[in-house]
Amino acid sequence: MSAVVGGVLIGLGAVMAMGLMGRIAGISGILAGTVFSPSDREWSWRAAFLAGMVVAPTFYTLAMGHSPEFEMPGTTMLSILSGLIVGVGVTFGAGCASGHGVCGLARLSPRSLIATGVFMAVAIATVFVTRHVIGG
Amino acid sequence: MRNIAALATGLVFGLGMTVSGMINPAKVLNFFDIAGAWDPSLALVMGSALITTAIGYRIVFAKGAPLLTGRFELPTRKDIDMPLVAGSAVYGLGWGLIGYCPGGVVPALGLGRPEPWIFTAALVAGMAAARFARTRMVAAPARG
Repeated sequence: MSAVVGGVLIGLGAVMAMGLMGRIAGISGILAGTVFSPSDREWSWRAAFLAGMVVAPTFYTLAMGHSPEFEMPGTTMLSILSGLIVGVGVTFGAGCASGHGVCGLARLSPRSLIATGVFMAVAIATVFVTRHVIGG
Repeated sequence: MRNIAALATGLVFGLGMTVSGMINPAKVLNFFDIAGAWDPSLALVMGSALITTAIGYRIVFAKGAPLLTGRFELPTRKDIDMPLVAGSAVYGLGWGLIGYCPGGVVPALGLGRPEPWIFTAALVAGMAAARFARTRMVAAPARG
């Protein structure tokens, strides 16, 4: 149930971004624009969008009476390594799960279809290798 | 006005990520683990997000223009090139290693824990490195 409610809210956010501002809700692009283009005319809405996302768990906690579930797998070293890898990947791949997987697929973009297929398949293969081939 | 709309939009989007469990890397990894502790619920998240967006986009595009700005800014490229495929593969590797995507980690910054900040710092560093590498590639003359 929470999966469907959460998914609909994600979709609603994507539709609001397009309907109000005419923009794709691609989080990697919004984050990159906020960090690397501080003098861009687009900066303020991007920063405001990210601020809205950051306060979301606080609203969740106030509404539900408990904080959202969170468990970080792996070491700090793995966090840093995978953060670097994701940063490189989304820059060359021009998007992440939100930009390609939700907004792009909803527009039937062929680039997003390929990108989503590739990153989902590689993520599943990666977990298979780490948990069942070398781990487990 | 545009910034208030963006703040509200980010809040709705972030609440979706929070409610669905996308901000919890352990849950995301279990979704990818189809041969083990598979948690199929994130397929419902992606499915319902996609259906909502597809329907909402149709309604919004039918209006002809966004409410607060002049026009829709949409990616126009249709070609499948090497950076798209290789970049997406690299992203999938990182996502599968830790369970974090950019859309999941940004709301997690608001949890008041250090781990999401460490990941985000590395994410931005990776983006900076890739942007630098890309300018060098474009600047260098093509060789064969």
